[in-house]
Amino acid sequence: MHRRDAIRNVAILLGTAISASTLSALEGCTGSAPKNYDLHTPQTKTLVAEVAETIIPTTDTPGAKAGKVDEFIITMMNDCYKKADQDIFLDGLKKIDEASKKKFSKVFLELTPEQRTEILTEIDKERVAYNKRENKKDGDPAHYFQFMKDLTLVGYFSSEPGATQALRYVRVPGKYDGCVPYKKGDKAWAS
Amino acid sequence: MNLNIKATKENTYDAIVVGSGISGGWAAKELCEKGLKTLVLERGRNVEHIKDYTTAMMDPWEFPHRLHHTNEMREKHPIQSRCYAFDEATQQFWVNDKENPYNEVKPFNWLRGYQVGGRSLMWGRQVYRWSDLDFEANAKDGHGVDWPIRYKDIAPWYEYVERFIGVSGQAEGLPQLPDGIFMPAMEMNCLEKHVAARIKEQYKDRIITIGRVAHVTEKHNGRGPCQYRNLCARGCPYTGYFSSNGVTLPAAAATGNLTLRPDSIVLEVLYDKDTAKATGVRVMDAHTKQTVEYYANIVFLNGSTLGTTWIMMNSVSDRFPNGFGNDSGQLGHNLMDHHFGVGAGGEFDGFEDQYTSAGRRPNGIYIPRFRNVNASTMQKDYVRGFGYQGGAGRGRGIGNEGIGVALKESQTIPGKWGMGIGSWGEHLPYFENKVTLNKEKKDVNGLPTLDIDCEFKENELAMRKDMQQSAIEMLEKAGLKNVHGYDGAPPPGHCIHEMGTARMGRDPKTSVLNGFNQVHAAKNVFITDGACMASSSCVNPSITYMALTARACDHAVSELKKGNI
Repeated sequence: MHRRDAIRNVAILLGTAISASTLSALEGCTGSAPKNYDLHTPQTKTLVAEVAETIIPTTDTPGAKAGKVDEFIITMMNDCYKKADQDIFLDGLKKIDEASKKKFSKVFLELTPEQRTEILTEIDKERVAYNKRENKKDGDPAHYFQFMKDLTLVGYFSSEPGATQALRYVRVPGKYDGCVPYKKGDKAWAS
Repeated sequence: MNLNIKATKENTYDAIVVGSGISGGWAAKELCEKGLKTLVLERGRNVEHIKDYTTAMMDPWEFPHRLHHTNEMREKHPIQSRCYAFDEATQQFWVNDKENPYNEVKPFNWLRGYQVGGRSLMWGRQVYRWSDLDFEANAKDGHGVDWPIRYKDIAPWYEYVERFIGVSGQAEGLPQLPDGIFMPAMEMNCLEKHVAARIKEQYKDRIITIGRVAHVTEKHNGRGPCQYRNLCARGCPYTGYFSSNGVTLPAAAATGNLTLRPDSIVLEVLYDKDTAKATGVRVMDAHTKQTVEYYANIVFLNGSTLGTTWIMMNSVSDRFPNGFGNDSGQLGHNLMDHHFGVGAGGEFDGFEDQYTSAGRRPNGIYIPRFRNVNASTMQKDYVRGFGYQGGAGRGRGIGNEGIGVALKESQTIPGKWGMGIGSWGEHLPYFENKVTLNKEKKDVNGLPTLDIDCEFKENELAMRKDMQQSAIEMLEKAGLKNVHGYDGAPPPGHCIHEMGTARMGRDPKTSVLNGFNQVHAAKNVFITDGACMASSSCVNPSITYMALTARACDHAVSELKKGNI
């Protein structure tokens, strides 16, 4: 069975939904790669933290930085992804800076939060367009922002602040009720 | 001379049980409770209930990779990591594939847990009784050999097992899926109830019921109840589900008759041709690699289907040049699994004002077999049948485009409801689906490995088309949208229901075991794991192994008392 199918089937079986982004993040976990030094530089960590915070900002609940999503992304990239994907990811960080310079004449870290959001919104549109391209083939490289975004979402919503504050998490539920009323605005359960 | 006699005496028990998984644990409990001093030999390490469930109480954020597979995990477990239940929290319960190789003549996923408790720690916990539709199938359509038992022979033992392990489920009165002794059923959610009602309206031949699962939904013998954490494969500190570690082995130990010896790799069954009985087993210590012999009046082989078969094949003597008890030439043949990984899923518009509680139900729904169950449901293209397991749920998140505050908010609320059903189909016993001993390729202990040569054939492939098509049809008729079928075509073994390589039968010429799981040619050796199965049915097999084990233990002790073995 293709891993994607396997994951989807299991997710369906357990009655839990899994987002397309999570699926593709898991898809990345193949092959093997040495520890990648470039992932561990302070510059990389800082940039990843700020990009993640822009994707999932602090609102009335904590954001990606509070969930230590940067650490998660770097750990995942190092331990779960193959070298080719690590390179796409690292190259993508450079592309974020290039796009920032082109539009605002500053690197990403020097941008205001609004400018950061603007840049990443454009890049995300680019990602969506890339994923909708014609002549897709198995083995095509992923768009660099796919990794960044997927891992941010997975990392944040499985972090302690993400699961317990942005979502609702009950460690030992003790019972299961199959049908309970849902009021608009109620948070989803973390799983 | 005196020393030898002393050593022999020290190494002598009333009974030896090889393996401590789902059937070995049952053999241990039954034999110990009947007063036999019983030695349980387990090739893997000890796993103490609760104490050794090191990940069981960890929160998601305590795992650096949030349960995902790392490159290192995949290198150590290239095959085990294909299993749905293998993750960062459960990897310690799966074998190291590098140290425990086998040879895939055709693709076969051999998913194993070498430890006290075996795969009873990580099993799927779905438990369904067989019916005479299953026990009569071989005799009726000519595949395999006739089962030497019928439902009436095993029914009391199903009940005996269910009362002890605790099974949650709903009685439905179906002849093809007999009801058991059930604890309160887990609840279906809104969409499952809706789909169940639509199926009932639109089909006369099928129903949706809640999964029958070896979880205690009420306090039971000091266990549980299930806490709805759905972290079962890590080991359950509440003993909410049945495992050897949490249930049968403690019962065996409580008698004072149990000796459990982990790290003990059984190499062969010892045979005395004068008495035509086994005298014991030879064991290699997994650490020191020293061999030692243990002796007993009764030997139960419960090393899992292929583990047990390996021991039989490795037990060669003048009397049994082709493997222990293999007068029929059937040992290692007729390997079956279930074929699955095929079904459909879809979305549902509605129930936006409904959700589920915080509980994470460790169970799904079940659609019992509805093909080839009576004259009006006979199929042209294939024999036997299939069931479905599945479930509905409300996902999280609405869309995932964009970034920032809107994305975050959209991901913190429930999304659409959806439902999926996947099918489990019967695999016929084919003589040519087999395992053989490979003496050229050795494992980490220098022991022979298994060549596994198994495939699904025309009957299974024809059935799969119906499995997918019927899934799509049912979900569409139930009102789901964007219904998509799938067939991942996983290889045999992937369902982890491998069975059949030392089958029961009526005739010693065509089977290895008799109707009480005794080796025809050595009546004090019993095999009650999956190896004994003469056909596969389409339901999950573990409770049938448990019931056959309890029944065989009863027979063994009765025969022992009569002096017959």
